[in-house]
Amino acid sequence: MGAGALFVAVFLACAVEAVEATTIVLAAGTARDWRSALTGVTAALAVLAILVAALGPAVDALPLRELRLVVGALLLIFGLQWLRKAILRASGHKALHDEDAIYRRQMADAADAPRRTLGSVPDWYAFTLSFKGVLLEGLEVVFIALTFGSNAGNIPLAGLAALCAVAVVAAGGFAVRSPLSRVPENTLKFVVGIMLTAFGMFWGAEGAGAHWPGSDASLLGLVPAIAVFALGLVALLRRGSAAAAEAA
Amino acid sequence: MGTVVGRVRDFFAFLYDFVVGDDWRIAVGVVAGLALTYAVSRTSVPAWWLLPALLAVLLPASLWLATRRR
Repeated sequence: MGAGALFVAVFLACAVEAVEATTIVLAAGTARDWRSALTGVTAALAVLAILVAALGPAVDALPLRELRLVVGALLLIFGLQWLRKAILRASGHKALHDEDAIYRRQMADAADAPRRTLGSVPDWYAFTLSFKGVLLEGLEVVFIALTFGSNAGNIPLAGLAALCAVAVVAAGGFAVRSPLSRVPENTLKFVVGIMLTAFGMFWGAEGAGAHWPGSDASLLGLVPAIAVFALGLVALLRRGSAAAAEAA
Repeated sequence: MGTVVGRVRDFFAFLYDFVVGDDWRIAVGVVAGLALTYAVSRTSVPAWWLLPALLAVLLPASLWLATRRR
């Protein structure tokens, strides 16, 4: 797997998670208290750093074939779930992921919650909201970087791609101080679903003992083939719902 | 005690949602597909095509079930 492909795959997948975390932190900071929200971010990043320090070397020490089997299975499951949701959204069978609506909901919830000071944190609600959002989305970023990096034999590059994605999205979010609704998140999720499915399929099959024709180069065929297949399913579902609407 | 049980339950609910997601059939299908790939790879028959074939069946089936429920 080329370094460029690894960087792009990890960057896009982590950017999607970072958009979701940034929306939560912005809501907590704007509606409640910035100091508490940013303390929550710092605490979550500290927990994530401990997890990376503990899990990084452990993942690196695992035998490659078994690692590829487990990681391939997980990526394939994640990829298919993402792709399924993205196809349902693109064909109009599921509401589009709307960061504006999520932001408004988080703001309304945050405004209603009572204010409680705990230790040096002025607003415990803003702290907890930020902490949970960054930790949960951050866990997904760590998982993506470690699994892609270890399978491609380049954890530092995968880590760099993840950090770049988080930095770019966070800087964008805090520069505009509003939800990142202009990021084409639904399109990004479609692309990431295709990539996770392709890499999951590739590594899962190799881990299970299969050999791809052309080895790593088969990924160059897998990614567009899955994209065409997914777009075909979108067209088919759109036509189905249009026919149903006409009949009604 | 009740809080501990609740937290453990919350953790497993998070884990299920994180790993399995909206359609458990996809997770079961992937595990079955990998087991089949492993079994076929032990023989002289090529096994690489099994997962793409699985995708061609599993994804449309899951979408069909999802749209039928609506």
